Amino acid sequence: MMISLTINGKQERVDVSPDMPLLWVLRESLNMTGTKFGCGIGQCGACTVHLDGKAVRSCSTPASTAAGKKIATIEGLSPDSSHPLQQAWIAEQVPQCGYCQSGQIMSAAALLATNRKPTDQDIDRAMSGNICRCGTYQRIRRAIKRAAGIRQEA
Amino acid sequence: MSKATNLSRRNFLKVSITAGGGLAIGFYFPGLAQQATAQARVFAPNIWVRITPDDTVTIMISALEMGQGVMTGLPMVLAEELDADWSKVKLEWVGADKRYGNPAMRGAQATTASQSVRGLAQLLRQAGAAARAMLRTAAAQTWGVPENSLTTEKGTVVHAASGRRSRYGELVEKAAALPVPKEVLLKDPKNFSLLGKSVPRVDIPEKVNGSAKFGMDVRLPNMLFARVLRCPTFKGKVANFDASKTMAIPGVRHVFQIGSIPSGDGADSFMASTRAEAEGVAVVADNFWAANQGVRALDVKWDDGPLARLTSEEIRQQMTDACEKPGAAARNQGDFDKAWAVAAKKIDVVYEVPYLAHATMEPMNCVADVRQDGCDVWVSTQTQTFSQEAAMKITGLPAEKVKVHTMYVGGGFGRRGEGDFVAEAVEISKSVGRPVHVIWTREDDIQHDYYRPVTYLRYWAALDQSGMPTGWKARLVQASLFARFDPHGLDPMHGVDPISIGGIAGFAYNIPNARAEYVHHDPGIPFGFWRAPGGSVSGFMTESFADELAVAAGKDPFEFRRGLLGGAPRLKNVLELAAEKAGWGKPLPAGRFRGIAAVDSIGSFVAQVAEVSIAADGAVRVHRVVCAVDCGWVINPDSVKAQIEGGTLFGLTAALYGEITIRNGQAVQSNFNNYPMLRMNEAPEVEVHIVSSTEAPGGIGEAATPVIAPAVANAIYAATGKRIRRLPIRAADLKKA
Repeated sequence: MMISLTINGKQERVDVSPDMPLLWVLRESLNMTGTKFGCGIGQCGACTVHLDGKAVRSCSTPASTAAGKKIATIEGLSPDSSHPLQQAWIAEQVPQCGYCQSGQIMSAAALLATNRKPTDQDIDRAMSGNICRCGTYQRIRRAIKRAAGIRQEA
Repeated sequence: MSKATNLSRRNFLKVSITAGGGLAIGFYFPGLAQQATAQARVFAPNIWVRITPDDTVTIMISALEMGQGVMTGLPMVLAEELDADWSKVKLEWVGADKRYGNPAMRGAQATTASQSVRGLAQLLRQAGAAARAMLRTAAAQTWGVPENSLTTEKGTVVHAASGRRSRYGELVEKAAALPVPKEVLLKDPKNFSLLGKSVPRVDIPEKVNGSAKFGMDVRLPNMLFARVLRCPTFKGKVANFDASKTMAIPGVRHVFQIGSIPSGDGADSFMASTRAEAEGVAVVADNFWAANQGVRALDVKWDDGPLARLTSEEIRQQMTDACEKPGAAARNQGDFDKAWAVAAKKIDVVYEVPYLAHATMEPMNCVADVRQDGCDVWVSTQTQTFSQEAAMKITGLPAEKVKVHTMYVGGGFGRRGEGDFVAEAVEISKSVGRPVHVIWTREDDIQHDYYRPVTYLRYWAALDQSGMPTGWKARLVQASLFARFDPHGLDPMHGVDPISIGGIAGFAYNIPNARAEYVHHDPGIPFGFWRAPGGSVSGFMTESFADELAVAAGKDPFEFRRGLLGGAPRLKNVLELAAEKAGWGKPLPAGRFRGIAAVDSIGSFVAQVAEVSIAADGAVRVHRVVCAVDCGWVINPDSVKAQIEGGTLFGLTAALYGEITIRNGQAVQSNFNNYPMLRMNEAPEVEVHIVSSTEAPGGIGEAATPVIAPAVANAIYAATGKRIRRLPIRAADLKKA
């Protein structure tokens, strides 16, 4: 069936089965491959996008649920990697393999949107749904603090 | 992975020290010959580098980038010897191409065994140095001055006496006409200017905006998607299947059986499977969701085969039984039996680790496009060579017709050194005559892995009156990685698998009587290379055992080790550095305890001190890990730090959670809900101290993984008096009574 989606401010119409997860609509119907498939059961966070500003797992969000809501993906975070989190990710040299990082950045962006000066506990709470198999967690934490303008020890 | 290390000395170099102190290197590589180029104004002194008049230096990348930083580090090595301007360097991937093989990997393009830098650095240095020498000659001829009056810096040849300068781009035409020098002078590492600096990784900008293309992201016109339902029981077969419900799902186009191995298929390549491991039924559809729904609707009757009743308990019994008889001796020093006979005290203990999956964040997947006249493969792989070989086997096409497209790799850890997922995709594309992207779900990925093999080890120690060790013996039982692909098995090795037993036999502590034995036993579950396949097992065992010896001797675990490491100065040095930086012996906050461990593997030396606390329910929390690493001369210090941080967390996940259990010949675990990974809220801060060194570079991707389990286990002993001899660490065992 035809579903209307608002993705990164743009209207898209896709003809998909309504139970198809948003992840596959993005990746296959719309060729927006920045959002990644990791587990399919909402356990790893690689597929994180924003739905009306909240971080959700697109692998477990049916396309029909996303209709009528504002969807934001990594591709829409900034036109030129200028978002403070993207800049901080580069400055802290966070990614290794990089596969989970779209999801990590989208989770961090949702956190900073509602909490401009997160504590370590806030960061743990917001980010522990995102697995990084390369183990970049301490750099992610530093990058979030850098983007939030939180002073850190050298 | 260290399989090829003993075979890695094929890149014989004629080396002589020159009067100036540099190294003169004679060439023996076919790739180091001037390359003919279509364009006249390109200087391509060898297959690795070319320079154009606009000063662009293009460096070829033959290894795979999976986060370990080779895409930045390897070109830095060439750029260093070339004295290139790093801001003018561009990079170009190569696909499967024999000329770019890694001498340390028997000439294969295989980004495994922490061998990229160790196997390729010397080649790249020569390639860069030769190009630099020719550019200098070109300038000398242009200006009519002696070559030795010229220096190079940042992409420029300089004549200091006259102040003349010439950019490399300006010398391209002249240099291209020169013969390649027979010998070149390599820099003394102490004169490196680019190497040793934390150069930002070139792949990172693409990895923060979603534009980096992994194998999973390949999109081709006319492409179909597929999922395969593989026999859940290892070594089982498809008896029959009913596809009627599957075919009724909109978007599903084809359902057919795949993966049957014809008899007489022959041996796999020396380190990779080049065929599907499991029989299954492929569902091919217009999109992955339809393929996935199609798999769920399949009705397959399986012939469960020989392992249908195998369980982890049965495997444990097999390993115990296999350890009853002596194994092949990998080390025999002094006379252990005599030491044992006269020992005042004795230790006799067993260490065990389970099967482990790799769980790369990017599940296995491959795009194949098989046509009459050729085959293209787009894949996140650790080896272009074996991906190509897998495709050649199925298509019958020659190498020149099978093109492998290099993609970013979403985690490898050894899993992507295999070719099974490539073979499947090629078989499916060949059947349907269109490009197909075969995607594994996480469940497929965890339940059809080549697992780090289950391992059982028995240690004996003979102690004198004071508790000091006079001798030790180890007998290790593990399926042989080394024998997996070699048609001669372990015969040429006299029954010893160097990957399995290397770390055990190499026990560095100076104890007079020592014996290490190896027993090959394969319970039948597919097994393969994991991050530090030998070291991650032996490191846990040796360094926990060393701690037991320290306790028996009544000594401080750090001082005990230090006292016995006289023959291993680099290991001793990192041990001392880690202890110093961690404040070993100084008071800790209440409830925190330290453990120490030091492991020498893949040519690098790493010591760690872990600070641990244990909750009332037995849950282990690792707060801080202080690491000291000596990996020889360092290319990119920040990449070394990143690899030590990540490698530590990889080992910690295994220590705390990692376990694949077997029931009815199947893997019980299936996804991150029951095969958990360390998460942000559980991750310790890892502090890395790098030893400054001019020794040859060691590996780094796998260096830290072996050290953390014993450091944590030893801290747990300090906290509770309970010795961890079986991984993963079980909270229930540590619960306060």
